[in-house]
Amino acid sequence: MDVRSQISMVFHLDKCIGCHTCSIACKNIWTDRKGAEYMWWNNVETKPGTGYPSKWENQDIYKGGWEKNGGGINLKGAGKPKSLTNIFHNPNLPVIDDYYEPFTYKYLDLIESPSGNDQPTARPISMITGEPMDIKMGPNWDDDLSGSPDYARNDSNLEKLSPSEREAMFQLERMAFFYLPRICNHCLNPACVASCPSGAIYKRGEDGVVLINQEVCRGWRMCVTACPYKKTYYNWSTGKSEKCILCYPRIEAGHAPACMHSCVGRIRYLGVMLYDADQIESVASADEADVVSRQMNMILDPFDPEVIASAKSNGIADSTMHAAQYSPAYKFVKEWNLALPLHPEFRTLPMLFYVPPLLPVMASVTQVDNTRQSEKMSPVAKHWPDSWLYDTSTKELFGSIDEARFPLQYMANLFSAGDTAQVGNRLKKLMAVRLHRRQTTVGDVSEDTVKMALADTGLTPQLADDIYYLTSLATFDDRFVIPAAHREQAIEMMEFTGDVKGSTGFGFQSGSAERGA
Amino acid sequence: MKLENAVDDQPYDPVLTLLGRSNEIALTSFTEFGLDKTVHRGVPVMRVETTDGPVTVTTVYDLTMAQYGVDRGLPGAYPRDYGDKNAAYTPAWQELFTGVASDTVLQFAREWASTAEATGGKCMIIIGAGINHWYHGNLMYRAGAMALMLTGCVGKNGGGLNHYVGQEKLAPMDSWGAIAFGKDWQSAVRLQQTPLWHYINTCQYRYDGQFSRYNTVPDNELTRQHTADEIYKSVRMGWMPFYPQFAQNTLELCREAIDSGATDDDGIKQYVLNKLKSKQLEYSVSDPDAEHNFPRVWYIWRGNAIMGSMKGHEYCLKHYLGTHSNAIAEDSEDHTTEVKWHDVAPVGKMDLIVDLNFRMDSSALYSDIVLPAASWYEKADLNSTDLHSFIHPLSAAIPPVWESKTDWNIFRDLAKATSEAAVKYFPEPQKDVVASPIAHDSAGEISQPVIKDWYRGECEAVPGRTMHGLTVVDRDYTKLYDKFISLGDRLRTTGLGAHGNHYQCEDAYDEMVASNHFAVERQNGNVYPSLKEDEWAANAVLHLSTLTNGVLNVRAYRNAERRTGLDLVDLGAGSEDVRIRFADLQAQPRRYNTSPLWSGVMTGGRAYAPYTYNVEKLIPWRTLTGRQHFYLDHEMYLAYGENLPTYKPSPKPEAYGDLKQTLKDGDARILNCLTPHGKWHIHSTYMENHRMLTLSRGCEPVWMSEVDAADLGIQDNDWVEVYNDHGVYCARATVSARIPKGVCIVYHVPERTVGIPKSQVRGGKRAGGHNSFTRIHLKPNFLAGGYGQFTYHFNYWGPIAPNRDTHVIVKRMDKVVF
Repeated sequence: MDVRSQISMVFHLDKCIGCHTCSIACKNIWTDRKGAEYMWWNNVETKPGTGYPSKWENQDIYKGGWEKNGGGINLKGAGKPKSLTNIFHNPNLPVIDDYYEPFTYKYLDLIESPSGNDQPTARPISMITGEPMDIKMGPNWDDDLSGSPDYARNDSNLEKLSPSEREAMFQLERMAFFYLPRICNHCLNPACVASCPSGAIYKRGEDGVVLINQEVCRGWRMCVTACPYKKTYYNWSTGKSEKCILCYPRIEAGHAPACMHSCVGRIRYLGVMLYDADQIESVASADEADVVSRQMNMILDPFDPEVIASAKSNGIADSTMHAAQYSPAYKFVKEWNLALPLHPEFRTLPMLFYVPPLLPVMASVTQVDNTRQSEKMSPVAKHWPDSWLYDTSTKELFGSIDEARFPLQYMANLFSAGDTAQVGNRLKKLMAVRLHRRQTTVGDVSEDTVKMALADTGLTPQLADDIYYLTSLATFDDRFVIPAAHREQAIEMMEFTGDVKGSTGFGFQSGSAERGA
Repeated sequence: MKLENAVDDQPYDPVLTLLGRSNEIALTSFTEFGLDKTVHRGVPVMRVETTDGPVTVTTVYDLTMAQYGVDRGLPGAYPRDYGDKNAAYTPAWQELFTGVASDTVLQFAREWASTAEATGGKCMIIIGAGINHWYHGNLMYRAGAMALMLTGCVGKNGGGLNHYVGQEKLAPMDSWGAIAFGKDWQSAVRLQQTPLWHYINTCQYRYDGQFSRYNTVPDNELTRQHTADEIYKSVRMGWMPFYPQFAQNTLELCREAIDSGATDDDGIKQYVLNKLKSKQLEYSVSDPDAEHNFPRVWYIWRGNAIMGSMKGHEYCLKHYLGTHSNAIAEDSEDHTTEVKWHDVAPVGKMDLIVDLNFRMDSSALYSDIVLPAASWYEKADLNSTDLHSFIHPLSAAIPPVWESKTDWNIFRDLAKATSEAAVKYFPEPQKDVVASPIAHDSAGEISQPVIKDWYRGECEAVPGRTMHGLTVVDRDYTKLYDKFISLGDRLRTTGLGAHGNHYQCEDAYDEMVASNHFAVERQNGNVYPSLKEDEWAANAVLHLSTLTNGVLNVRAYRNAERRTGLDLVDLGAGSEDVRIRFADLQAQPRRYNTSPLWSGVMTGGRAYAPYTYNVEKLIPWRTLTGRQHFYLDHEMYLAYGENLPTYKPSPKPEAYGDLKQTLKDGDARILNCLTPHGKWHIHSTYMENHRMLTLSRGCEPVWMSEVDAADLGIQDNDWVEVYNDHGVYCARATVSARIPKGVCIVYHVPERTVGIPKSQVRGGKRAGGHNSFTRIHLKPNFLAGGYGQFTYHFNYWGPIAPNRDTHVIVKRMDKVVF
């Protein structure tokens, strides 16, 4: 057993309102710079949709992540052997139009236009060329099902859905959508790290944060291809690649990452998880059907004396162990088995997890004969013009998981490599909690129904209350449990703190290249 | 309220229904306006002897059951069952209008009611201003309120109607109201209800016609009217305000009164009254298109009236500003009868527009003078809402940028410049006469049980009772600045209060003068608390409000106890020591006191829930009877068929009149255009922020359904024009499966400042925004006054300017020119 510590985030998707405040907080802090205009280290996607950059999940196009190769795995598109042949031309890169050309407006026209019969207006111009431009793409172009004929309907997660299931997802009376906030997954088997010809990318030992050393990066952009989540970005101004740093300067000082700190829906949880690094290779190359469950098995119980001893011998600080025992991430992911990684089939072993959303129940359509309807109406009255009616009635107070507006297969394609049982179990558990709480607060659900729902999903009333508490009532201190950096380690890391303080800042310390090598 | 007889204090047990108590049944007529059908249904009744002879009575509950078609075994045309499509209010009937299947409605209704029963009323409706934007918005509110009332959810934590409108106002209204409106120095103030003001002054009334053409009303004397005539009536009856007031300048009018022998304020009032009665003094609203009645100078503060809030933007451009306009509507054939009709409408009424603004928004673009204002992080200010019960500070993190100043300092400087100019132009104090509508929470609110128009000789003209009030005010313009920077001692005698509450604040005022913690102004030997700096004004608000000063709070509860005979002071217990200062808020936002000012009881850490005060403490509701009113027996409500909660259909586009000219030469696909709140802006604020535009496809797009887009040959991100008789908006189309067929959405408020191209359908003139295709239609029964809850209160009561019933044509643009 090789116990390592990872700072891990859980997103509770039932709580996400899609406000993008996380994206704005991140942008304002980290990517409001020349060359980084188009970068959104944190972005929020509407599902169904093709996301950002458009169609990033489709690895037939982008060749990101790992693929199984006999007993082992290879990088799909940007492995070191491949990158040597393609080092001066990487064919699998997203281009600026797959992201978007950043734009601003020619505001001076409002003030300097000659007088005329009309008001002036500031027209859009490119932030790259300064020339007038047509805006054709943006960081959330398909937000709230914008352009559904072109985007949502081309979501690659619709694969394996029947034509009628697909069609139902886009009928007004049956549809639903949800939001998927995304940052770097700080993977255990990061494809970006493996792909980098310069060895500039590394995973920090103390917390698992994946970083690109800006001193070492040579801008080959292999990481941009390799990352299946498209979470490394090339800065056209500095000629280097950049990515989410999990706000490590904030974390080290005991502050939540900006995305989490600003989250309006309080959907994010951040905590320590201990895992067994000896298993990385075998889990990453497991059969697709086993990847999720085996990744869960890698995560270790922070109360197990053997784990504690092993962690100690690996140099994991007591404060980290302490945090691991109160970790909200551990509770959601391992103890309660409620959260899942995004696209585990990419085999990077992402260490961010999502509690899948319980969506409203399926609606249906009733046919009705309205042919003579308008004859009866007051001449002024508007009336329902169609020959069908919305019907969302259910037999039970809460419709069953099978009646959810999103086919289970869609959720499974996102969170469990297509395995509907994995997603289904978690949704059933969430529903059991809901039924239990309904019985507690209202009392109009039969005791048997609740007992059965809890037993079915391995919950007790106490566990259900715990889940409810951490989901709905938790304070910031419950949601954010991270050990601050040890001062003595920080000093060691900086070596000559006194010399560099206030001059070069973080990330440019000479010698840190070794850490990536 | 307490169930006690007002005459002898004996308790009584009210009867919910006469069913089983009386064998007498009255066949009563009920009208359903969607099907335009009147039916007769039996209602149990009793005869009661009164001084005017026997009267037939029933309960509101019995009437409501009959209105809703609940078959209780009574005779008459009750619906067969839930599946009866031809009878109003059955689940099957509503399908005709909503497209929602009966089963869904039944399941929802049952779950709603059983949840309310099991939880003791924890069913809640959270409602936003969107409802207010439908022509029949009041009826939608009443439907919700009825569902809450029937299931016992009103005034419960976790239940009730939570109305997220007007949340921008500051909760300690008792103190800020006095400071903001200068009531620390004088009594009367001119506050205007804006929808009716713009409706009249932008000439939008000229395009309207009789309201019965689109409002389904029974045909009678009160409904065969033009809304503008009803507004004129509402002004002279004291229901609604309207300024400018009279055709004659009010300072001149007072001088004339004095010259004619008036020796005191009463004499001036009498002179003005006589002149009104003899019709020698004309109301401005009676002839708004006459030059002497134009509003001339317009200060815009804290708003974006030109494009943002004012419906009928293009009419504003034409009739207020006299500039380019994309309206092509023509005058209605229905002319006003009492309001004088001019054959040619005036254009460009305004002489000067001054905009106090921290953004270069559409209003600023059209203003003559823009006064740059400090933004939130550059000034001291207070922020709170009544529903969330916390009070927050705004603090200056940085000084105001460039030449901008805080709002407070801008008004202070304006006051100073005015006082300096007054030394030359108004060196002497002036008498002014102010006409104000009958106020809510005043004795006048029960003064008009029936509509009797003094102007037509139907009753005696009595100011404040049968007509608006008249108040003489002393104006010393040379002292404007002095008064602005100091808190007037009028408060020492009048005290403070709002919403029918009152408390003396003499000691709190004197403390401000004596204490070292407040700055003072010394003027002519007097010492006043100083309001010179924004932070000092904020501290005055905090020091004098029941919400933030516990001693005043307990005092206000004591007064409320005296007025109501109820035990209330326990609600203030524990708040005596609460004394919140601005610096406290800067350290951390504070929760304010449970106070009689608002209707939520928050003691013991409870969340604010409206009307818990009324329900738990038996405080009478601020209505005509002190009860919740589900039957409205005001003459206008009876005449309009809105005495009971009623369904009225959304008017058809042909009736509403948005497309008369546009569709003159043919037919087209008509879409209902909705303008809800945007995802990333608060009205226009933040709309043109670079980040938010980046997340919003670079513009405020026109959302359309996949079906309509396909039929109209429109692809996602195509440029389109949205237009009707009133104007045009050009933007990109966002085609989405989440938009229903027949509807398009333009979130409010797009700014003209970013990326608005020129319109093809208007011959290359620049397009406007979401209010370019709206025109104001007011519902006249919202004008009613002098009748309990139907009594004017600034920012609370008056007609709304709906825009959700608007219809447009959407067309793809072939050529985009900026």
